Amino acid sequence: MLQLKQIHKVFNEGTPDEKMALQQMDLHLKPGDFMTVIGSNGAGKSTLMNIISGKMMPDLGEIIIDGKNVSAVKENKRSKLIGRVFQDPMAGTAPAMTIEENLAIAYTRTKSRGLQKGVSKNRKVIFQEKLEMLHLGLENRLHAKVGLLSGGERQALSLLMATFTEPKILLLDEHTAALDPSRAELITQLTKEIVEKYQLTTLMVTHNMQQAIDLGNRLIMMDKGQMIFQADEEAKQHLTVEKLLLEFQQIRGEKMNSDKAVLI
Amino acid sequence: MGTAIFGSIEAGAIYALMALGVYLSFRILDFPDLTVDGSFVTGGAVAAVLIVGGTDPFVATVAAMGAGFLAGCVTGLLHTKGKINPLLSGILMMIALYSINLRIMGKSNIPLLSEETVISKLTAFWQGLGIDQALTFFGFVPKTWGILILMLILAFIVKILIDWFLKTDLGLAIRATGNNETMIRSFSADTDTLKILGLGLANALVALSGSLIAQYNGFSDVGMGIGMIVIGLASVIIGEAIFGAKTIIRATLAVVGGAILYRIIVTLALRVEFLETGDMKLITALIVVFALILPKVLDKQRERQRKKKRMLQARKNEYDKRGENLASIKTDS
Repeated sequence: MLQLKQIHKVFNEGTPDEKMALQQMDLHLKPGDFMTVIGSNGAGKSTLMNIISGKMMPDLGEIIIDGKNVSAVKENKRSKLIGRVFQDPMAGTAPAMTIEENLAIAYTRTKSRGLQKGVSKNRKVIFQEKLEMLHLGLENRLHAKVGLLSGGERQALSLLMATFTEPKILLLDEHTAALDPSRAELITQLTKEIVEKYQLTTLMVTHNMQQAIDLGNRLIMMDKGQMIFQADEEAKQHLTVEKLLLEFQQIRGEKMNSDKAVLI
Repeated sequence: MGTAIFGSIEAGAIYALMALGVYLSFRILDFPDLTVDGSFVTGGAVAAVLIVGGTDPFVATVAAMGAGFLAGCVTGLLHTKGKINPLLSGILMMIALYSINLRIMGKSNIPLLSEETVISKLTAFWQGLGIDQALTFFGFVPKTWGILILMLILAFIVKILIDWFLKTDLGLAIRATGNNETMIRSFSADTDTLKILGLGLANALVALSGSLIAQYNGFSDVGMGIGMIVIGLASVIIGEAIFGAKTIIRATLAVVGGAILYRIIVTLALRVEFLETGDMKLITALIVVFALILPKVLDKQRERQRKKKRMLQARKNEYDKRGENLASIKTDS
């Protein structure tokens, strides 16, 4: 479903600040795969996300989604195939617009936007049905401006919107990191439900190792722009946080130094 | 006095179209578009030249809108494709349009008084209806009610069209572009195109307003757009402060109201003895400053009063409780 071939990305090439963000990144996700990505700050996780979504173009390499080479496809065209949830709960929704209007935008992701009514009666029914999945009572607040919702509610809505049209790829960029533990738990739960329901091919970046182990069927660890460890379905079932840390130590010959990376 | 106010409402209704354009760019797209100063004149210039050349005034007015649309699109291109800062791309376009407007007109002023214009045609049409005779009981008799009523109707038609447009899929995408660009990009919208389209529409409205003002005043002048953006902002801000802007429907209504109110305020201000016509821009600036500051001051005051009330309530509760405690002690003994 998603395939990365030999992706290279360098920042500030030719200057003293030169930084290898991604080196020889190869990745292959089968349909329905749910891969979690861990790694300390600066490991290249966000760059990976940005390159898949088309926000950044790789210096070298190919990106193939659903059998099509999309390496040269622009971000806005590519996002027909890709749903994204950002770390910032404010980033995935338009605060000055109502819940139903936000959903209408998500609903028309794969369509061309013309002069038909954004929130029609038919669509409203669909919106309500989908919102009920969140169990937050948002289905009764269709006219509320999204800016009035709490961070957790907004993130839940973002998740719903990103998956609304069942995209080929779902990218989750530390989407629970900015929430308090109980809200984060709720979003994690919802993520699980939605991904399972639609069998979405998912790539999730997280700083939370426990979450990375609990969710999904595959896991990779990144460091300094490289994939240094990978666990397939079989191996992932036996993973623990301690094992992961040990793994890192063995591979890199040093302890994982970021406090954030060992947050459980 | 009556005539002056009447005139200001008439003009206000026409300027309301410009204010709605400013609302589109300033509020919906979050783009402070200074092109307005130029595109307003472009509208007047294109309409004037075509009318003098013998074109039907209605066709000339539509052509003026087209010219404004193009001007807005160029600003949008400068910003999106040229990656120029929004303010600067507007300023560049405004300066460029000054020369272009002069070229269109060929001279700095084109009189239209002896020409057949939209305004003169509408007046003739209205007088044929004979409604003016029926409206004499108001006490004062203007030349005609036609322009006032027809321009108000036009402003409301445009307002309703904007309301409708901003609820369509395309309109929602444009609003989201002004509200959260990251988000709408992740939903496969081409924000560059949306911005260009939005600015085009905004400036089409501004040019429509400019062409009608030229026909209403009886001349098109290369300097008639100076400060237009501030007048537009004044209308938007006054309107929103007084009539509220909770929903789109309410906000556009507020903008129309604000544009008319602004004209009335200026008319009244100019009747003050020591003020001259040349002071108008200063008055405009002051109105905008007041309209920007006043709501905040009022909010603060309201907040202070609420606090006071809460404190009094808290004190009273405490007092009551103490009373109860005392009472309970007494009953104990």
